[in-house]
Amino acid sequence: MPSPILQLTDVRTHFPISHGLIFKRHVGTVKAVDGVTLSLAPGEVLGLVGESGCGKSTLARTIMQLVPTTSGAVVLEGKNLTAKSTREDLRRARRHMQMVFQDPYASLNPRMTVFDTLAEPLRVHAVCPPESVSARVTELMQLVGLAPRFMQKYPHEFSGGQRQRIAIARALALEPRLIIADEPVSALDVSIQAQILNLLSQLCRKMHLSLIFIAHDLSVVKHISDRVAVMYLGKIVELGTAIDVIERPSHPYTRALVSAIPTPNPEVERTRQRIVLLGDPPSPINPPAGCSFHPRCPHAQETCRTAIPALRTAGVGREVACDRLGEF
Amino acid sequence: MPLLSVQDLRTSFHTRNGVYRAVDGVSFSLERGETLGIVGESGSGKSVTCYSIMGLIPQPPGRIESGTAMFDGVDLLNCPPTQARRIRGKRIAMIFQDPMTSLNPYLRVSEQIIEPLIIHENITKAAAWERGLAALEAVGINDAARRINLYPHEFSGGMRQRVMIAMALITKPEILIADEPTTALDVTVQAQILELIKKMQHELGMAVIFITHDLGVVSGLCDRVQVMYAGKIVETADTRTLFHHPKHPYTQALQRSIPALQPKGSELYTIRGMPPDISKAEVGCPFAPRCEFGTDACSREPTTLQPSSPGHAHACGRAHRGEI
Repeated sequence: MPSPILQLTDVRTHFPISHGLIFKRHVGTVKAVDGVTLSLAPGEVLGLVGESGCGKSTLARTIMQLVPTTSGAVVLEGKNLTAKSTREDLRRARRHMQMVFQDPYASLNPRMTVFDTLAEPLRVHAVCPPESVSARVTELMQLVGLAPRFMQKYPHEFSGGQRQRIAIARALALEPRLIIADEPVSALDVSIQAQILNLLSQLCRKMHLSLIFIAHDLSVVKHISDRVAVMYLGKIVELGTAIDVIERPSHPYTRALVSAIPTPNPEVERTRQRIVLLGDPPSPINPPAGCSFHPRCPHAQETCRTAIPALRTAGVGREVACDRLGEF
Repeated sequence: MPLLSVQDLRTSFHTRNGVYRAVDGVSFSLERGETLGIVGESGSGKSVTCYSIMGLIPQPPGRIESGTAMFDGVDLLNCPPTQARRIRGKRIAMIFQDPMTSLNPYLRVSEQIIEPLIIHENITKAAAWERGLAALEAVGINDAARRINLYPHEFSGGMRQRVMIAMALITKPEILIADEPTTALDVTVQAQILELIKKMQHELGMAVIFITHDLGVVSGLCDRVQVMYAGKIVETADTRTLFHHPKHPYTQALQRSIPALQPKGSELYTIRGMPPDISKAEVGCPFAPRCEFGTDACSREPTTLQPSSPGHAHACGRAHRGEI
């Protein structure tokens, strides 16, 4: 197996909650990411799924080092980004990892033309001589399927799908090894969503990019990903190949999640038994003791309330965090 | 006789940049107890259709140019406002996409939930409150007696949507219009809300118009589906027929572009070009410029929704002639 491009070891990102203006009191901690261990091979597409508030986006920001890590190690291409990185170290590392955000209306600067947006990273990192910036911008636009004649246009002149293409081109400008896409298609219509999914998988194949694809739509994740990680309250509860996890889910949470997605097939949809979870996802401020899923789990037992299940190997390339696996 | 019958509805928005024909000649009917799905991409006119029926179009800039919506002998679009008000909110209710913004943050849930009763029924406040409590319990809110006195921000997204549903159903309407009610919710919560809508529909025997862009949601919930594109209905059929034998190229294209129906990792079908500019008057089929079967004739000849078999109608001229 090739050495991983990204290795996370027991990463925790906690946010303190304090009350009071002058005399700040520490009243609690949001454990947004709570002990995630994960590795990503070069060229691999990892899907990250979970409900809102489960820590998917915080994990992405932690990898990018946009939020301080509480503990654990984020190792990108052999360099530990968490241990005493100076700004300069991070700056160099960020060339190799880039991010695409959910809302292409908010993630592009409305006062910058496409050219400015795409040229900025090239200038900041001085990756190409000033006279060839224009040529490189043209190349980037063609790469994501935008006509270079739109170079001097502003974001408001583009549709949602085109804006997401600009955001992807901007992420590709520095030829990163890793792209983190945080819900890149959630804000788009189905026909546009298909274009962006095709583009992302083509780019990954062509440029041998690693991609962390965050989404809540499991059918989209299954389509694009090699492996899938399911998160619940800051922890990974199941990890495996996309087909395995989504077609043969093991963890009770993954099972419920998979059964909750409506499939566009009337026969299947009308006959199948849906596992409807009770209640809302609990708050990450006071997560339940023991297995954090136990209050909503249909198979929970007394032991689930006390023991925190570890992520254990369950088959080839498959890891599941459930102590009662195989008992139901 | 259908419960609701909409004929030739045209709603447009008159702006400085021109006239946007958001709904352009839509006709459909809804039977008692039936669930009708309206599917389309953003800007296809699915919400504006229902807003027009509910009288929620801001005028100006909006204008209902023509059309009738017959409900129990009353034309909702052309009757006096007092008459329409007795129906809207009582016999036809609506829930919206975003439960965060469609509840009034300044009012306790109790006041909002009993408002329809106070307005539409001759009822004392205490009796209305009792029914409000029962309605909250019916939509699955635990500890309703305490929670009825809370403010909307004290509820989670799924709970707010439950409150919205309780509020819409408190007058036991005959039609519920649900405008993307689960789009803003997580999948597990979406499953809860869909089950709830099904259960309430079963209990009250009401008809539901379900607006969504998610073909998956439609397949489990709806008896009949109509697909909208550029303000027009391009295809309508019962759910099974629409999913298994779609006739209109746009419906086919939509199905081919969703990952759930395609083999994993395969290239997804993409609809070329861009959604049409509805401020420009189109003569022919609005989908023709993006259609892989489009011809010059398609862009010239006006299209009409015509039946191809009983209960199945579509607006593709070439498919009707058997050319594709």
